[in-house]
Amino acid sequence: MAELFIELFSEEIPSRMQNAAKADLSRLVSGFLKTAGLKFGAIEAYATPRRICLKIADVPTSTPDIKEQRKGPQVGAPEKAIEGFLRGAGVTLNECVEQEIKGKKFHVAIIEKVGQSTADIIAAAMPELIRKFPWPKSMRWGTGSLRWVRPLQSIICLLDGKIVPFEIENVPVGDSTQGHLFMNNDRFSVTDFADYKAKLLAANVVLDGAERAAMILAEAQEICAAKGLELIDDKSLIAETAGLVEWPVALLGEFEVEFLDVPERVIIETIKGHQKCFSVIDPKTGKLSHHFVAISNMIAGDGGKIITHGNEKVIRARLSDAKYFWETDKKIKLADRIEKLKNITFHAKLGSQFERVGAIKELAEMLSEFTKADVKKTKLAVELCKADLVTHMVGELPELQGYMGQQYALAEGIDAEVAEALAQHYAPQGPSDAVPTNLIALTVSLADKFNTLLGFWSIDEKPTGSKDPFALRRAALGIIRIVLERQIRLDIPQDLLPFFIDRLKVYFKDQGMRHDLIDAVFALEGQNDIVLVEKRVAALADFLKTDDGVNLLAGIKRANNILQAEDKKQPLEFDSIIDKQLLVLDAEKDLFSAIEKNVKIINEAVAKEDFAAAMSALAKLRAPIDTFFEDVKVNDDDADIRINRLKLLFIIRTATKTIADFSRIEG
Amino acid sequence: MTSDNSHIPEHMRPENSFQAMIMALQNFWADYGCAILQPYDMEVGAGTFHPATIMRALGPNDWKAAYIQPSRRPSDGRYGENPNRLQHFYQFQVVLKPSPKDIQELYIKSLSVIGIDKANHDIRFVEDDWESPTLGAWGLGWEVWVDGMEVSQFTYFQQVGGYDCSPVTGELTYGVERLAMYVQGVDNVYDLNYNGRQDTDKISYGDVFHQAEQEHSRYNFEVADTDILMRHFEDAEKECQAIVEASAAKSPLGNDYKMALPAYEKCIKASHLFNMLDARGVISVTERQAYIGRVRALSKKCADLWMETPLGSLKKEAK
Repeated sequence: MAELFIELFSEEIPSRMQNAAKADLSRLVSGFLKTAGLKFGAIEAYATPRRICLKIADVPTSTPDIKEQRKGPQVGAPEKAIEGFLRGAGVTLNECVEQEIKGKKFHVAIIEKVGQSTADIIAAAMPELIRKFPWPKSMRWGTGSLRWVRPLQSIICLLDGKIVPFEIENVPVGDSTQGHLFMNNDRFSVTDFADYKAKLLAANVVLDGAERAAMILAEAQEICAAKGLELIDDKSLIAETAGLVEWPVALLGEFEVEFLDVPERVIIETIKGHQKCFSVIDPKTGKLSHHFVAISNMIAGDGGKIITHGNEKVIRARLSDAKYFWETDKKIKLADRIEKLKNITFHAKLGSQFERVGAIKELAEMLSEFTKADVKKTKLAVELCKADLVTHMVGELPELQGYMGQQYALAEGIDAEVAEALAQHYAPQGPSDAVPTNLIALTVSLADKFNTLLGFWSIDEKPTGSKDPFALRRAALGIIRIVLERQIRLDIPQDLLPFFIDRLKVYFKDQGMRHDLIDAVFALEGQNDIVLVEKRVAALADFLKTDDGVNLLAGIKRANNILQAEDKKQPLEFDSIIDKQLLVLDAEKDLFSAIEKNVKIINEAVAKEDFAAAMSALAKLRAPIDTFFEDVKVNDDDADIRINRLKLLFIIRTATKTIADFSRIEG
Repeated sequence: MTSDNSHIPEHMRPENSFQAMIMALQNFWADYGCAILQPYDMEVGAGTFHPATIMRALGPNDWKAAYIQPSRRPSDGRYGENPNRLQHFYQFQVVLKPSPKDIQELYIKSLSVIGIDKANHDIRFVEDDWESPTLGAWGLGWEVWVDGMEVSQFTYFQQVGGYDCSPVTGELTYGVERLAMYVQGVDNVYDLNYNGRQDTDKISYGDVFHQAEQEHSRYNFEVADTDILMRHFEDAEKECQAIVEASAAKSPLGNDYKMALPAYEKCIKASHLFNMLDARGVISVTERQAYIGRVRALSKKCADLWMETPLGSLKKEAK
């Protein structure tokens, strides 16, 4: 058993590609080992900005010897058949023996394969693996034709400490690598993974991205704490910066206090987006401090003074731009910006944002009836909701759309609830994003999303397969979440209903609900109200968890099957009036009295949308139905009795159909 | 380590003088073996437009050159009022074909020559891919950060005019004003010391360019005659096409030179005129795409033609 260790050393790999590259390398190498029939131990993969590497433990140094017998055609079979067999088995006739099987003689090939050396397998597989490596974007360099994410400088490939040589253009394959580009750039040789990791560390490279992330967090927190400050530990930024450095060093910088006049998120986004630096809180005030943390890749000779100074200079310049935008944007009121939305195309076939705002306003006014939002304020919010798109700030930092609308609105003294709606009307943007609580915001959000969906539906730009360039699925999910979480009763437009049913199934599935229950509810006519659908599905799910539920389902299905079978023979056309005189057996009498008692209760409960009560009334039918099917033969020879019994089943089916189509439920 | 500049007089040191920084870069790359060229004598948006980059990146021949190129971005004019933005600025451009294995190290060394020493600075190669829709060209590379500041663009050319670049050209573009502001410790570009002298002998960047920024900003944004610009655009386009067509036939004088470079100059001209029209705000979003497409069609024709010329097609014999 041996250790396989591979390093692919290159110029700087984009941070966002490193994790996938690690996974791809593991998958591809373990793939060709498995194909060769090798079993192996634990896999570890690592990436830094300048390398991806892989260690696999307990790799056998060769594949096992194979001895195999393969039965061929009968002795005396046509020559062609024998030739074909020999070709397939890769043997000559001399290497075959004749064997008697069940009294007949057959040619049997004895195939012996000596195990192949793992080093040979690796050497044969690696060049192709490298040439076909699935980088999202790759390039050529120098005079070669090889593609890699950036120029590939060298390769280590060691099995059991020995170099596995192979040719891949002019890239050297051996046992050596380099350390940190600026601190320790000499080439050195390694014997195995442990040696590699230790020597890299000595050469200022922390191999493990998770370790670098932990260092970034710990160091950044430490330098903040030393000044009584608190780091905003932005997880995605930590992950990104861990992919930008081989040796993280956190540095605390500061900027002028007056920049703090600018809204907080502007500062945070400016510092993060442009500079990949962290913002810092002053715990005494709970507000942003005039400090930031930069993660450098250097233990600088001067302790990082120059680096800090440089970062401060850039951040100061960025913040002065932001402050300038904030100050100048405020000079024009949001209401006065609306005209400019005519210049912003929403979609070539759907017109400008200006036209959209008009359409959203109409929708919002209509929707406010259902959401109970203040109509006047809602209309104002719609008018202003896209105005920040034509501010300098949002031009510069598009991720602040909405938030800036709120900030500018507050600055000009617009009602706080309306201002908040400007920020929240994009929500919820993803499954983890909160649904607005502000009634105006959620009304505008619904109107905006419905407008988007109806618009793209009108020009037949619906999502297909994995393609959803206008994020229409996200818009529909947003509507579903708002409506369900805030219990807003409205009817989904008929055109959009099939799309919503699909989305709702995905949503319910994520919530752990059964898709067949959703089908059962949507099988009913006119299910356009998502809140009601959810109530029905939830009540059904609860009911089916009980014994009564499971048994009743079986009974109802049986009733349904009988009705369907009869209907096929001769379409059933009858009223629901039972002739009591024709009820002969106790079981059918009992069922009838249970129906008389409970169907009314069920209908009343459904009308009140109290599905739990409807279900418990339905549950009362379980025992009589069970007995009915045990004791009563529906197909009585007397046609009138038969019809009367079918009517009983029909009434039950009709009653259950006020809740769902039980025949669609599995089990 | 920083190169020891102590033998150089104060005013000639790259960290004290804008012009000395340019000269230091020229000297560094001259020492490496580059042809040091002078700026192309036309208005261009970036050093890449110089035929020494874009044309030489095509075809089989090796090439090494470095030059300073004044670059014009009419929309970036700020009437001399913004400390960082200019409608006319310099790029120092280095092209190495094929890109050498140690190109990153060479670049880092060149920074040390102008006063950015790797032991005390944080130099980073941050993903930034380059694409020029008008040139039909793209490459992968990085923007280079020094202490958080973007100071250079580093690109491995992959395609120009739809042709694969082979060998691949490595392109380094230094933002000279940025770098000089950083090493001189100046926050406003106009305060840069241009000639390295002090007191009354000092010439600042503002002394050289401030008035020009004011005048050009006014012209670019307010005065430039859009009808004339559009006409000139169309003329340049026609002329470019005519040159390409004429190149197909033999000259009555007996030569059959393909006129790729003259055609390309008309393409550059069209590109600049488009930038001027854009600054005047007369091009709508949809028209913008159409104009870009027209310039790209021209540059494609020029690239096609260049591939038929000796420099574009014949591999020079090793001497």
